Amino acid sequence: MVQLALAAALVLAAAFLWTNLRENLASRQIRSGFGFLREPAGFAIGEGPVPYTPSDSYLWALAAGVANTLRASAVGIVLATIVGTLVGVGRLSRNVLVRGASTAYVETLRNVPLLLQLLAWYLVLTELLPEGTDPVRLAPHVFLSKDGLQLPVPVWARGWALALAALPIGLLGAWALFRWARSRRERTGHTPQVLWPALLVALGAPVLAWLAGGAPRELDVPEVTTFNVSGGVGMTPEFLSLVLGLSAFTAAYIAEIVRSGILAVPRGQIEAAAAIGLSHRRALRLVVLPQALRVIVPPLTSQYLNLIKNSSLAVAIGYPDLVSITNTAINQNGQALESILLIMSVYLTINLLTALAMGWYNRRVALVER
Amino acid sequence: MELSRKTALVLALALTTVPATASAGKTLDGVRQRGQVVCGVNTSAPGFSSTDSQGRWRGIDVDLCRAVAAAVLNDANKVRFVPLNSQQRFAALQAGEIDILSRNTTWSLTRDASLGIVFTGTINYFDGQGFMVPKKLKVDSAKKLGGATVCVQAGTTSEKNVTEYFSKLGLKYKSVVFDTAEAIQAAFFSGRCQAYTTDMSDLAGARTHASNPQDYVVLPEVISKEPLGPAVRRGDDEWFQIVRWSFYATVEAEELGLTQANADKLRAESKDPAVQRLLGTGEDTGKLLGLDKDWTYRIIKQVGNYGESFEANMGPKTPVGLPRGVNNLWSHGGLMYAPPIR
Repeated sequence: MVQLALAAALVLAAAFLWTNLRENLASRQIRSGFGFLREPAGFAIGEGPVPYTPSDSYLWALAAGVANTLRASAVGIVLATIVGTLVGVGRLSRNVLVRGASTAYVETLRNVPLLLQLLAWYLVLTELLPEGTDPVRLAPHVFLSKDGLQLPVPVWARGWALALAALPIGLLGAWALFRWARSRRERTGHTPQVLWPALLVALGAPVLAWLAGGAPRELDVPEVTTFNVSGGVGMTPEFLSLVLGLSAFTAAYIAEIVRSGILAVPRGQIEAAAAIGLSHRRALRLVVLPQALRVIVPPLTSQYLNLIKNSSLAVAIGYPDLVSITNTAINQNGQALESILLIMSVYLTINLLTALAMGWYNRRVALVER
Repeated sequence: MELSRKTALVLALALTTVPATASAGKTLDGVRQRGQVVCGVNTSAPGFSSTDSQGRWRGIDVDLCRAVAAAVLNDANKVRFVPLNSQQRFAALQAGEIDILSRNTTWSLTRDASLGIVFTGTINYFDGQGFMVPKKLKVDSAKKLGGATVCVQAGTTSEKNVTEYFSKLGLKYKSVVFDTAEAIQAAFFSGRCQAYTTDMSDLAGARTHASNPQDYVVLPEVISKEPLGPAVRRGDDEWFQIVRWSFYATVEAEELGLTQANADKLRAESKDPAVQRLLGTGEDTGKLLGLDKDWTYRIIKQVGNYGESFEANMGPKTPVGLPRGVNNLWSHGGLMYAPPIR
């Protein structure tokens, strides 16, 4: 009864705020509603995987922002996980140097505000690297300069489209092979070696498709022009600093999570595994890891979510993420309320989906308790 | 950070429980009760608003607010300055955090008609957008910037103008967008961008921040009209009038040759009715605005006329070093023109 009254009060309060807001907006003659999303945006976006021109709609501009946020977050999460795991294991190393360096890494990066770290990365990249007209050549046609990192990229052709389509088929084939090997082991006790055949299937399918599509080999090669490097596929200093900053910062937390996960598995477990004749690798995979992951995955999920949210600091270093683009949109059309609602719901959606995926993974790796 | 501040402003707007009509028309009462004009200015735009070595706000946008304070509160120093970046400015005015937005802001139809704010129609600087490039690029025209990386500030009219300009010429460019002028300047001076685009006056101000200003040139092309002026909230005509006429008083004063230095002398001696009106000894121009007879005298005495403000803050003798140009009086071939104050 009390709960019902409380819920009713909440709904009433929300309704009051909503009508009040609408009245205020109307009486102050502030335009409202989501109609602006269909209007042309009219501003340029510096980079991104989504093809966008200034004559596209605001909705499409925001989509480009979401894509940029996802791109930076996804790369950041992968890098942070790799570095974090290495540093976390390093903190438990018997080697004094490795242990010391890992500890120093964690303590330094965890205790300096992320915004400062991002600005520092950006400053380093834009101050130290040479001008775009005189880039460092890392390899033939691979340039590093104030314009970022530029690489050659294949020109899109039928062969590449077919290869991309064949990739999931190859992966599915490899997965089927592993399934077959496993069921055979369970039936006969004999373990067939399928690693190499599986790899062959996974990679062979796209390669065959590429050949069938006429084996296109044309490359879009970056060139040094009057002002900078253009052509090819590029990673701007803004993107690089954001990804490096985010992943270095988050890796410090992930390292601690990994360390706690490993320490949570009692030594006796490893000894017991050795006693029943499991090899060191299988003991790690079958005994230590499942128990460690049970401790690691839930806090790891929240670090991933933090990283996604922290990517909104991108605006400080000029990376056109969702927040940066929405800021611009707000200033062009003044519809702050609607736009902020949109940002909030997009972040909520991304994070809920991430949490869902991690939850699914957690249930898979968690120790099955009986 | 940016977001949280703006969110707070929007929430403040959303949660204002008093219906807007009750507060409309009451800005003057609020200002008098507070004993302070709250004025939104640029965080750092030399010539318009920036702090000097003693931490005092200086600039023609700052002087406009001081003129309003002199007219309304009898003291040009009774102003609280709220530094805002380009993205916070309109939300701050909408939410009632500031009484005047005086932040080298371009007057345009969309802003005038859809943001719940209204420009007072007093343009205190006629500007246009241009480009600054490092001298060593040997570029002498914006038309030769095809393929260049251009730094621009988020949430400005510049962002759209540059897009339109290059698409009109059929040139490609890469943009890097930052949220503060400081961040853009750091990126531009480090060489991340080959060009920096914003209002001409801003470029002149930014150039003073370079370690060696001689290394940078402003290109001749002016790609847009940027009439800069103050704005107030909609629906408060009384306050709108006060801000509008306080600025016109400074222009009229210049036209009549009234300065901070000669105001007292002419107040005692002048027989010219127009001069007497402005110095508070002729007919009363204040009562229709809800002010007293001496309002324009105080503006001239405490803040000075428009020309004085211009020369002190952005004229050729200052580091910004801008010529008077189109911002001269109409009688000197410029665009500054005040309707009669009578």
